[in-house]
Amino acid sequence: MKKKIISGLLAASMVLSLAACGSSASSGEASSEAASTTESASTEGATGETTPIKIGGIGPITGAAAAYGKAVQHGEELAVKEINEAAGYTVFDWQFQDDEHDAEKSVNAYNNLKDWGVQILAGPVTTTPTLAVAAETANDNVFTMTPSASAQNVIETGDNVFQVCFTDPNQGVASADYIADNGLATKIGVIYDSSDAYSSGIRDKFTEEAGVKGLEIVADESFTGDNKSDLSTQLAKCQSAGAELVFMPIYYTEASQILTTANKTGYAPKFFGCDGMDGILDGVEGFDTALAEDLMLLTPFAADADDAKTQAFVAAYEEAYGETPNQFAADAYDVIYSIYQAVQSANITGDMSASDICEALKAEFTSMTFDGLTGTGMTWDASGAVSKAPKAVVIKNGAYAAM
Amino acid sequence: MAMTKWNNIKKSTKSNLITFGIVIGFYLLVQILSAAGVMTNSFAGQLVPICAYVVMAISLNLVVGFLGELSLGHAGFMSVGAFSGTLVWVSLYDTVPHWLALILAFVVGGLVAGLFGFVVGVPVLRLSGDYLAIVTLAFGEIVKNFMNAVYLGVDSNGLHFSLKDSNSLGLEPDGKILINGAMGITGIKKASTFTIGFVLVLITLIVVLNLINSRSGRAISAIRDNEIAAKSVGINITRYKLIGFVTSAVFAGMAGVLYSLNFSSLVAKKFDYNTSINILVFVVLGGIGSIRGSVIAAAILTVLPEMLRGLNDYRMLIYAIVLIVMMIFTRNPKLVAWRKQFTDKVKAQFVKSKDKSKKSKGVA
Repeated sequence: MKKKIISGLLAASMVLSLAACGSSASSGEASSEAASTTESASTEGATGETTPIKIGGIGPITGAAAAYGKAVQHGEELAVKEINEAAGYTVFDWQFQDDEHDAEKSVNAYNNLKDWGVQILAGPVTTTPTLAVAAETANDNVFTMTPSASAQNVIETGDNVFQVCFTDPNQGVASADYIADNGLATKIGVIYDSSDAYSSGIRDKFTEEAGVKGLEIVADESFTGDNKSDLSTQLAKCQSAGAELVFMPIYYTEASQILTTANKTGYAPKFFGCDGMDGILDGVEGFDTALAEDLMLLTPFAADADDAKTQAFVAAYEEAYGETPNQFAADAYDVIYSIYQAVQSANITGDMSASDICEALKAEFTSMTFDGLTGTGMTWDASGAVSKAPKAVVIKNGAYAAM
Repeated sequence: MAMTKWNNIKKSTKSNLITFGIVIGFYLLVQILSAAGVMTNSFAGQLVPICAYVVMAISLNLVVGFLGELSLGHAGFMSVGAFSGTLVWVSLYDTVPHWLALILAFVVGGLVAGLFGFVVGVPVLRLSGDYLAIVTLAFGEIVKNFMNAVYLGVDSNGLHFSLKDSNSLGLEPDGKILINGAMGITGIKKASTFTIGFVLVLITLIVVLNLINSRSGRAISAIRDNEIAAKSVGINITRYKLIGFVTSAVFAGMAGVLYSLNFSSLVAKKFDYNTSINILVFVVLGGIGSIRGSVIAAAILTVLPEMLRGLNDYRMLIYAIVLIVMMIFTRNPKLVAWRKQFTDKVKAQFVKSKDKSKKSKGVA
């Protein structure tokens, strides 16, 4: 009995000490933030700086979609750090909350940020949570810029919601156009995830546009989130229908399975993916990346592009987090920098209310041009959709190469 | 005098009154806090989900605690209720008064879920053993995958339905897509408020507690305790099991409506196996067969992950530890005995001091 009590006490004390660790870490962060704000306040006037603007991020950093949330978190963190260092004072106060890829948790995370006093929202990352949160931000008139929630409905929620990524319909249309205009193939097989809004959204527009462009869809196969451990049937159907090109508007984990199966069965069509394919070279454990050779994908960002901006970003990111940034990180980085550009040209300060900032940013975003990692000369229309040139890359010798 | 009256009330009634007292007290506290303007956005935003989960926990406890069966797909009933209720709300929003549309949404959500409960229950509840657990598990998955594939649209020609994609609906240009496959229902006008949630919790409590303490409820408990004995005294086993199960499904459906009308979008993915298990966790931690325990556990365990946000990366780790510690604290026989000893001691102390004060009064 005594032993049990003692072990119970030990367990309890462990819990407490862990809790203490966690809270002391976060309070430490807060105090350093506070210190930096007081520092900046004391030197105010000399450099003409102002109260920091509070930017909040939301995304899944635990759960099934954590890879995307983590990338966005890192991308935003890096951008905020760089901006603050370059300016010499705290321009942005930034905080990131976990939503576990769940609408309810995401709204909770947003409410949490509201308690903190968020003025601009840089998130959420995934589509379903973004739809729920966007309705709330539209209600509160808080400027919302999502790095990667690509569904059309997201920007239809309110005129305060903007996207850095292409909308799903745009990706579908752009893919079909690209395939048709470059004469890649005429007989197309499609494999998509019918339980996923992103995947089925692209696929719907792709088949529509394919009809217009005279592409023939010979096989249209789907799987669901629960039923994706074996995708050989879908691939076999594409093969027997004689598809020359398999279009896969899906995420890279499933795509890697399809590529492996295709290699085993000796079926070698062209494979074409969208931005969800980004990450196939280093995101899947045990996947032989040689199989991804000649895979084409539509992505706005390639980590080995040779422009100075991308290279600087990739170097800084690799140094800070020890991994190669993917398109999600680049999107997030662009979100923060585009907001920074708008903030500067509209003279927005942290003293303004979230609603005033939102109005100013809306006016600024619809009139400005932004050069970022994921595109040059990006512009936004009043609906919040971005306009930039789609880029396709092909995997050559284990790396992305422009087409 | 008041005290003796309180003591004369039946024990079960007393316990029920305490449960109602806790719920009403919580409601009043929230009203006071929000009137005083000290409530955080974070907490205010969780009030409706709390109510929905409380109703779910009570509903599941009826099955697990009183019917003695296991339901592993309760989120499935929540899902069918949510989708049908939300469809009613969305389609009636522009034509009938909002209060009426809302009531209809809840009624339809409850009825549809109840109907599914009946369909699932009729064959399965005739059997004894773990069959209900298996069938409800499958039911939850079927509902999720089916709703993920459904496309429903409306235009001047009426309703269009497809399991393929939104293009194959063949809608007129003026048509509107109601359910868009994996995207679910979007653009829902939010209607749920804490007061509506509170009323739903009260209704659930009244119905469930009355059922438990009624003749039917005693029959249900008798079946749980010994099916053969119950049969031998002439209880219609299947009928009473069905009463319990369908009631539970109805409230799960209503909880689904409450939940979905709190957000602007509704997806089938939300109501997956994890949600079912989550609700089962509320019931088990609150105490199987204890309605009050379910209410409290559902409320606390919904708020807890949000309270732990300050811990950043440790959040889910601590949440798991808290669950384990709570489970040990409430279920370990030695700890239970120790707790009982402790409360008895306190009680004894309390009675003693009361006696003393009485005596001292008497002397004076």
